Amino acid sequence: MTLPDAEELLIKLADGIKPFVTPETALIGIHSGGVWLMERLLPMLGHDLVHGTLDVSFYRDDFGSRGLHAETRPSQIPFEVNDRNILLIDDVFYTGRTIRAAMNELFDYGRPASISLAVLVNRGGRELPITPQVCTAEIPLPADQNLQLLRDEKGRFTLQLERADV
Amino acid sequence: MFNPQLDKDGKLKHLLSIEGLPKSILKQILDTADSFAGVGEREVKKVPLLRGKTVCNIFFENSTRTRTTFEIAAKRLSADVINLNVGTSSQSKGETILDTVENLTAMHADVFVVRHAESGAAHLIARHVQPHVHVINAGDGRHAHPTQGLLDVYTIRRYKPDMHNLKVALVGDVLHSRVARSEIHALTTLGVPEVRVIAPKTLLPSFVERLGVQVYHDMREGLKDVDVVMMLRLQNERMSGALLPSAQEYFKYFGLTQEKLALAKPDAIVMHPGPMNRGVEIDSAVADGSQSVILPQVTYGIAVRMAVMSILAGNN
Amino acid sequence: MKIHISNGRLIDPKNDIDACTDLYVAAGRIAGIGNKPDGFTADQTIDATDLIVCPGLVDLSARMREPGSEYRATLKSELRAAAAGGVTSLSCPPDTEPVLDEPGLVEMLRYRAKQLELAHVYPLGALTRQLKGEQLTEMAELTEAGCAGFSQADTAITDTRVLWRAMQYAATFGYTVWLRPEEPYLAKDGVAHDGEIAARLGLKGIPVAAEALAIASILRIGRDTGAKIHLSRLSTAEAVDLVREAKKQGVMVSCDVSINHLHLTEHDIGFFDANCHLRPPLRSQRDREALCSGLADGTIDAICSDHAPVDDDAKLLPFAEAEPGATGLELLLPLTLKWAGENRVSLIDAIARITHLPASILGITAGELGINTAADICMFDPERYWLVSPATLLSQGKNTPFVGSELAGKVQYTMLNGHLVHGL
Repeated sequence: MTLPDAEELLIKLADGIKPFVTPETALIGIHSGGVWLMERLLPMLGHDLVHGTLDVSFYRDDFGSRGLHAETRPSQIPFEVNDRNILLIDDVFYTGRTIRAAMNELFDYGRPASISLAVLVNRGGRELPITPQVCTAEIPLPADQNLQLLRDEKGRFTLQLERADV
Repeated sequence: MFNPQLDKDGKLKHLLSIEGLPKSILKQILDTADSFAGVGEREVKKVPLLRGKTVCNIFFENSTRTRTTFEIAAKRLSADVINLNVGTSSQSKGETILDTVENLTAMHADVFVVRHAESGAAHLIARHVQPHVHVINAGDGRHAHPTQGLLDVYTIRRYKPDMHNLKVALVGDVLHSRVARSEIHALTTLGVPEVRVIAPKTLLPSFVERLGVQVYHDMREGLKDVDVVMMLRLQNERMSGALLPSAQEYFKYFGLTQEKLALAKPDAIVMHPGPMNRGVEIDSAVADGSQSVILPQVTYGIAVRMAVMSILAGNN
Repeated sequence: MKIHISNGRLIDPKNDIDACTDLYVAAGRIAGIGNKPDGFTADQTIDATDLIVCPGLVDLSARMREPGSEYRATLKSELRAAAAGGVTSLSCPPDTEPVLDEPGLVEMLRYRAKQLELAHVYPLGALTRQLKGEQLTEMAELTEAGCAGFSQADTAITDTRVLWRAMQYAATFGYTVWLRPEEPYLAKDGVAHDGEIAARLGLKGIPVAAEALAIASILRIGRDTGAKIHLSRLSTAEAVDLVREAKKQGVMVSCDVSINHLHLTEHDIGFFDANCHLRPPLRSQRDREALCSGLADGTIDAICSDHAPVDDDAKLLPFAEAEPGATGLELLLPLTLKWAGENRVSLIDAIARITHLPASILGITAGELGINTAADICMFDPERYWLVSPATLLSQGKNTPFVGSELAGKVQYTMLNGHLVHGL
């Protein structure tokens, strides 16, 4: 199947996000794809927005079966979470478990006023009652396939399909 | 070759000593510790990683400091913690070290943190625990104290990220020190090019050079140009054991003062595993001075122990 | 009972025999070699095809833990192990509970052993009372009770004057003084060889100097007192050199090495394997090589098993706390053969070191198959491999660094005074 152009989707994403953003909104990218997107989005959104990154390795629900993720990175939330309107950014939305973990982690920093979610692609297969507020493409995929966001040396994005280890 | 610390897939099953661990695993622990370092600064200083798991501290040799940091680390991972202080009294009642461990199976612990006065105790316990239990050596005799070695190199990495260009000096009683042995193995495994030991002959093990270190008996020579000075604690028994004449003479020739520190690089850092004997191995002015990173070491100790516990608990 | 041992390869180093020839036993003694004695009709024939038939082995040190701690071993269990190992004469150190420093205890031990009829036991008496290194024992009375020599087992005498006088007193009667050379203060609390492994593992080391200094003192005192000395369990290259030099100068000294030190080094401790906690400690590769060549060139006179059964629980402890010692009676033969093979020593020379050479150190008539000597015979298959395991060992002590190894050399029959005590 032909996948959409990720760079084009990025522009659509920025447009889709603009209505959700005020100068006080905090953007949080989820490692790694969400962080890449956030870095490109920040200048596109106009305001000088407060931002941070989240690595959800310590909040995942599959620690018992898969152990600790091989590469963990420190989460960086250099602002007060209490009473903040937060926009989470991620690349591919799948089961919803990553977002569940991200929200749990965020609540250990403080009590946000609201959390919204913006993703580049929803690949179907949702397992929890969580859904993105902004999504630029719906690409339903079977369980034996994974959709990945790639970034080349120049910083350009592409989408790629891979076999999943089910 | 069989490595009692690794499972058949080469993943960490027990942490018994730094010696025998591949560089990749050391790196994994240090990198993971980076992520835990920030947790202590948050409102909620916990992550749910080890929720439902039990960590049991079995200390055959007393140590409130070390036990407390393991306890904090386990609690910050949301684990349940059981503390067992097996003082010499219950051992003299005839219960062997393995009896004690076996009696704990009823507590369904996932991780045993063990400290014992004899070298090899952690290895012995690791050979006899149930398959799903992980053993962390919190110090066995003179042999090893791997989490201390790890937190020490983690500290060095925070202040001196380019480890391939460092001169590190360990000063003091290497002979009796499990901390020193673990530090030496960690430094050499991670590729630190020059590791020096500075001590009188009576406080160095025979064949210490075989561990990959350069030996100095003159502290002034040994400290020249070093980037990191790692002090070791001197215990009172050494004087009564005919290894040293007096604390005074020791301090004069092997104690760290501002004046001797000045021989090292101007931005050299000073470390100590604690607890310090002020005026014996280290001057108060240096211990509390700008080059000392002794307090941060303690904080990093929690992050490193969280990293070790999470990596182990996840490898089943 | 008349027994004909047929088709075996007879190896008797004392009488320089290595030939395929038959052996005839009558009334508990060797009645004929090669030629059937006149009027001999065998009541029993033992087919020794493919077997080596040699004198029953003589082991210079086997602890049977009796009198004393029966949970570790008993005379019966260990003499059964001896029989299984082809050992027909053995000597035991005096560190029993109570210490063998009273003639009555020695008589009792010899009586018990005689009753069991499994092997001949030649105890060593304590050199000082309670092995304390303060007062002399009644050496003459103890010898009359059956002691083959006098020893301090593993407890060195710290007061040099006492050592001097003990050796002088023993020299009065011509008794042999058996000492394990180790300077007690340098060896205090030590559990491993003072080398690289001990440094890495954080174990307290016993330096080579502890053995070398002790040998130098013992030999020097021996020179002035005229005592016959036997040095037990050499472990260092330096010791071998000292003994070689002393023998050159005509000093009356003999020495032995244990099977463990011929084959193992400090590296075998691995990850704190308590089975390798031994006294003296396992040392460096260089030391091991010197022991092997010292044994080959005759500087070291004999190999012993240094049998010391330890119960399992006593080994399931951190290395330094574990009880030192390893079971060995059943390994004396195969490990001697292994040493011979690796060091290009002939079978007859190898067997000498576990038969007549140790016998002469003990001052007993044993370890040979001359006409009319006691029919103490070992028949073994040098090519047969067997697995060393708790199941295959008869000793109550199952702990040896060789557990799990396959060794060549299986005893098929052991005969004591003309009766089969193993291989029925």
